[in-house]
Amino acid sequence: MTGADFQSLSPLLILSGGATVLMLQIAFVRSVNLTATLTTLILALAALSCVYAGQIEEQRVTPLLLADHFALLFCALFCAAAAVTALLSHDYIQHHGDEPEEYFLLLTLSTLGACVLAYAVHVASFLLGLELLSVSLYALIAYPNKSILPLEAATKYLVLSGAASATALFGFALLYAVTGTLEFSTLGTRLDETISGQPVLIAGAAMVFAGMAFKLSIVPFHLWTPDVYDGAPSPITGYLASVAKAAVFIAVLRLFLEADLFRYQLLVELIGLMAILSMLAGNLLALLQTNIKRMLAYSSIAHIGYLLIIFMAYLTSGDRALTVEAAAYYLIAYTATTLAAFGLLTLISAQQVERENVELHHVTGLFWQRPLLAALMLVAMLSLAGIPLTAGFIAKFYLFSAAVNGQNWTLLGSLILGSGIGIYYYLRVVYYMTRRPEHQPTGPGTTQSWREFALPGVLIATILLLGTMPQALMAFLESIL
Amino acid sequence: MSMVVLIGLLLIGGVIAWWTERINSDWPRWVALATVCAALLYLLRITASLSLESFELVPDPHDGASWLLHLKLAWIPRFGINFELAMDGLSLLLVALTLLLGLIAIASSWSEIDFKTGFFQANLLWTLAGVCGVFLALDLFLFFLFWEVMLIPMYLLIAIWGHENSGYAAMKFFIFTQFSGLLMLLSIVVLAWQGAATNGLLSFSYFDLLGLPLEDPLAWVTMLGFFIAFTVKLPGFPFHTWLPDAHTQAPTAGSVLLAGILLKTGAYGLLRFCIPLFPDISAQFAPVAMGLGAAGVIYGAILAFGQTDFKRLVAYSSVSHMGFVLLGLYAWNTLALQGAVMQMVAHGVSTAALFMLAGSLQQRLHTRDMRQMGGLWHQAPRMGACAMFFALASLGLPGLGNFVAEFLILLGLFAVQPWLCAVAALGLISAAIYALWMMQQTFQGEPDTGRQMRDFNGREMLAMTTMIVALIGLGLYPQPVLDLVQPTLDALQQEVRSDFIRAVATTSAAQ
Repeated sequence: MTGADFQSLSPLLILSGGATVLMLQIAFVRSVNLTATLTTLILALAALSCVYAGQIEEQRVTPLLLADHFALLFCALFCAAAAVTALLSHDYIQHHGDEPEEYFLLLTLSTLGACVLAYAVHVASFLLGLELLSVSLYALIAYPNKSILPLEAATKYLVLSGAASATALFGFALLYAVTGTLEFSTLGTRLDETISGQPVLIAGAAMVFAGMAFKLSIVPFHLWTPDVYDGAPSPITGYLASVAKAAVFIAVLRLFLEADLFRYQLLVELIGLMAILSMLAGNLLALLQTNIKRMLAYSSIAHIGYLLIIFMAYLTSGDRALTVEAAAYYLIAYTATTLAAFGLLTLISAQQVERENVELHHVTGLFWQRPLLAALMLVAMLSLAGIPLTAGFIAKFYLFSAAVNGQNWTLLGSLILGSGIGIYYYLRVVYYMTRRPEHQPTGPGTTQSWREFALPGVLIATILLLGTMPQALMAFLESIL
Repeated sequence: MSMVVLIGLLLIGGVIAWWTERINSDWPRWVALATVCAALLYLLRITASLSLESFELVPDPHDGASWLLHLKLAWIPRFGINFELAMDGLSLLLVALTLLLGLIAIASSWSEIDFKTGFFQANLLWTLAGVCGVFLALDLFLFFLFWEVMLIPMYLLIAIWGHENSGYAAMKFFIFTQFSGLLMLLSIVVLAWQGAATNGLLSFSYFDLLGLPLEDPLAWVTMLGFFIAFTVKLPGFPFHTWLPDAHTQAPTAGSVLLAGILLKTGAYGLLRFCIPLFPDISAQFAPVAMGLGAAGVIYGAILAFGQTDFKRLVAYSSVSHMGFVLLGLYAWNTLALQGAVMQMVAHGVSTAALFMLAGSLQQRLHTRDMRQMGGLWHQAPRMGACAMFFALASLGLPGLGNFVAEFLILLGLFAVQPWLCAVAALGLISAAIYALWMMQQTFQGEPDTGRQMRDFNGREMLAMTTMIVALIGLGLYPQPVLDLVQPTLDALQQEVRSDFIRAVATTSAAQ
């Protein structure tokens, strides 16, 4: 390994080193404040190191990892999102667990997993990243709370996610049996040389596909999502919905691009069909929820459905730059928005120990009592609904452009229908927030830390900036693709 | 930059109004009033600084520089999106109407709102800013942005300060307009990519996209995307169902804004975008659009007659009157277009006044049910006289603005579709029925002697007098308004050319 190799891997090295430092720190001094601050610093440092790593154009480090600007961009995104999660968790966790320091250690580890996924161009690194991400999440879901709901969620996620990983692993093994390689790009060329339609190949591909669809919670592999989202602590739900999904999506996209799987029309059309199902089922089921977390769980299914449009758009238009750019922008906008939405849920239930305040009626009158938090939720909901001036609108505009370019009219129809349904349940939250409160609020608002002002401010600014001044990011994305 | 300042003034005024609430809950009203007055004065200054000849110049629809005002700043070069605003006579007229009705809206909410006055006035001003943006934006992306963004403050106005069933009405309003907006966004994107394929340059500018050759099935679908979005807002006949709920549940100022200006954005969109962007398809589609317009005229009038709720009655009468606009626009000759523009202004004023009346009645009687009214003239003669005046204006009494508008539309329509013209003329008769019936139910008849009711005070009379003067002015001497918009109408007619008129004539002959 050369110096350049180390430089291009610096985010991963900082995260691994940081995890070790955290472990030692916890072993010697137990202090939530110290651990939380240290974690935030490590994550911020890792995010910043992406700039340093980006000085090297494109670097293949061992056959496993590819450090290009695309990987580094998402590394930075995941680290920044994890830093926000760590800050959000700070107040939340103090009221929940008795010795919650390891929580931050696990958060760092799962972020490391997500970053490895962004780098992965080899099945081995792909699975390593995936498992590091998932296994840390099992613990994170159950960690802070001793009540029954998180335990149920963690168990459900452990069993189902484990099964999905195993399925994908077995699928990759079958693919290896046929092609003899685990590298994404070689996999693509070897697939050309083998006889297509072999049962082993189809079985392998189907298993990988099912495993990934589960991780991304695409209909019909979505059933775990609402329960796990509902049971997990709010900051972790936000992390699960944004970083964990975006990381898997990036890795799958990388697999498709490197191995050029877009030439398998049937496969891409299957993805298109599942995209339609996800958009419609996600939105329709979200309509029925009164629990905001469950609603957001279904809405995340719908959003992944929207995002999957780019696979079909790529197939029919072949405009790599536009489609991948659309996906990247969408993921960034979606991550920021999801963090904002779950951030609000975290902040309003930070002081609640038994159960979180996540029913619709818990936000009644929030607009008049805590305007900044309500503004955060308003911006997040409008962004998820795709209303102009927010990041979500530009992201949706990208999808429209990509799909119009590829002339995917059916998918566009479902996108419009889905978004139309979505408006109702997003706006319902806004409606509840603006209702006049029936009784004067009792409770929270006494011990507000600086984080409760800084975080919403930063998240609102990010979403609005992405929505009104998108040119800088667009130009950057265009330059790296 | 002057147009940016105008919109910015309203936006910042809103923020200040919101903020002053912390000091005193009376201040936001004054701030809002001052803001709109300042905006009006500023608009006057802009207009005064332009040379008189430029108002007679026909603005070239392919070149923004020939317009009264034009501003183009690069915004998102990645997609060829510019921050492009432009003003011609039509935009100027509608912006002026917006600001004037903004004043009326503030006056009508003066004593009605007592909950969070600051945020209320802020939303009111932001709605005005959004509507001004819609009338000025000439980049389709920017237009869409304003189109959607003006809905949010309006939604909040209805949802927070509305009446008993406001949540439902606000949601319905938002979903209808938002969903149809998505269809329009799709059409805009399709149009831009089509433009990129034809011109080799991705652009969302109106000036670049006008006169784009489109293939048949695609052109139809794209045109329908625009048409549905604008007709929902207008509202045209099958898409009007959000309107009665939204108008009825909205606070008075909200109803005034909705009926007075938000509906006009739909008509403006049809006139500026939908027909000129798709001249051929629109010509083929014109009989259907005019049929919907005539259906709206009759259907709205019949339903208006069936209402017992004062505000609902006025709301349905809006459906009927806006049907005339649809008829006038798709008849696409000078007379009909003049009539349509006139109707936009006159209906804006007369309906705003009726909603203000309805609001003051509800504030005093705590009901909108006309069956519980009757004989109000005795207790509130000033209100009665105003109501009488606006009811007569609404039914199209000669000498008032609405008559000029509807007469011009019918005259223009007769040249292309005599039978539809006959049907639409029935709307005038039915308007007389529901307007007079409304007067009878509320202000005439046996007074309830036990009822105590305050008549209009000075502030309310001032607002009413302004609108009365405006309607009489429009009715007796409409020429300045027509002169102001004539260059724009000429330019649009040149753009769409005579194929349209021929196509309309042939399709009607074939029937």
